[in-house]
Amino acid sequence: MTQTLIACHECDLIHRVQPLPENSKARCRRCGALLYAHFPNTIEWSLDLAITGLVLRVIANIYPFLSLESQGTVLETTIITGTIILSEQSMAGVAILVLLTSMLIPCILLGALVYVLWPMKLGHRLPANRRAFRLALTLRPWSMTEIFLLGILVSVVKLAKLATIIPGTALFSFLGLVLVLASINTFLAPQTIWEKMDEWR
Amino acid sequence: MAMIRGHAVHTAARSGLFNCHGCRLLVRRPSADGQMLVRCPRCGTRLHLRKPNSIARTWALLIAAMIFYIPANLLPVTITTYLGSTQPDTIMSGVIFFMQTGSWGIALIIFVASIVVPIAKLIVLIGLLVSVQRRSHWRPAERTRLYRITELVGRWSMLDVFVVTVLVALVRLGYLTTIEAGSGVVYFAAVVVITMIAAMTFDPRLIWDALEKNDESPAH
Repeated sequence: MTQTLIACHECDLIHRVQPLPENSKARCRRCGALLYAHFPNTIEWSLDLAITGLVLRVIANIYPFLSLESQGTVLETTIITGTIILSEQSMAGVAILVLLTSMLIPCILLGALVYVLWPMKLGHRLPANRRAFRLALTLRPWSMTEIFLLGILVSVVKLAKLATIIPGTALFSFLGLVLVLASINTFLAPQTIWEKMDEWR
Repeated sequence: MAMIRGHAVHTAARSGLFNCHGCRLLVRRPSADGQMLVRCPRCGTRLHLRKPNSIARTWALLIAAMIFYIPANLLPVTITTYLGSTQPDTIMSGVIFFMQTGSWGIALIIFVASIVVPIAKLIVLIGLLVSVQRRSHWRPAERTRLYRITELVGRWSMLDVFVVTVLVALVRLGYLTTIEAGSGVVYFAAVVVITMIAAMTFDPRLIWDALEKNDESPAH
């Protein structure tokens, strides 16, 4: 069953779903909102990206993020240090928010995508895969790794005169993760995946 | 193409179809077998013609954000201790610090993300709410685009919260200089999260509903 009509989610105008050329996107003719996209390999690409992202995430957690060298001593900081220190300063709410937006939500998002897409690629499905996919879509705006990366850049500039800052392995894998998540945002065509799920009914 | 400006506008709500917020499936309610569907048969999201109570919810969230905005800007976000002397910094004094040290690029990034974006977002959302409540016909496509940009850009205000986190993590006790988080950052984080939710509860389709000739706008 293929969906023949689609309504714009920003102005409610109904459009007939038309076949698109490869790797292009359809926009609403009245307000310009994105309607659907056609990436023939959206499942494979998104799956590969999501797995890569999870691996990078693990690396980013193990290795030190930044090292601060001042007065002959080196202090290593991992990504969790900041949130631990914030919660020690009775800022538990902010600590949880930072932990969620920079770590947990990207992880859950990637995990949910792998959970849905891997079996889909192999031709079967796992229970609650629709709920998992909806979760991944809902979480997208709350995954803020790219903003966190910019935050690191700003802090490094601020501290540049105070101490020597040495970028760690985790920083580079985190940069990779940012690129992976940005690519998923581009190549993931939710409409295609929902229709694929419909075929099983 | 030409007919879209006139009366013959086919919206999902007018055709009696529910546009699922989760997966964009068009659902007819009641369905062919007379069932009143409450949830989308494909993804399970609750079905509504329009986001429920969109205007009231968005107003409530915006008012909350405006209240939190005041302590967010007046209270310090970082407290720097250097050789026994403490210096509290608000968001604005942080921007001024970068300007004084010559990092104009960084000063501009923080100024835009922490000051321009939250204010612009509040103004745009209030403007959109007022225009919808007055059933304005003024430039619907541009207003929709404004909404889309607001929703996209709002997340970047989290920048300052992350900067404080990283600063606090890097400059710890045991050094001559220590940086602690100030209570302003709590209010600022609240403003960012609340305005993000406010942008999500606003339903841009209300902008287009006002354009329809008869005033029977779809319920919920």
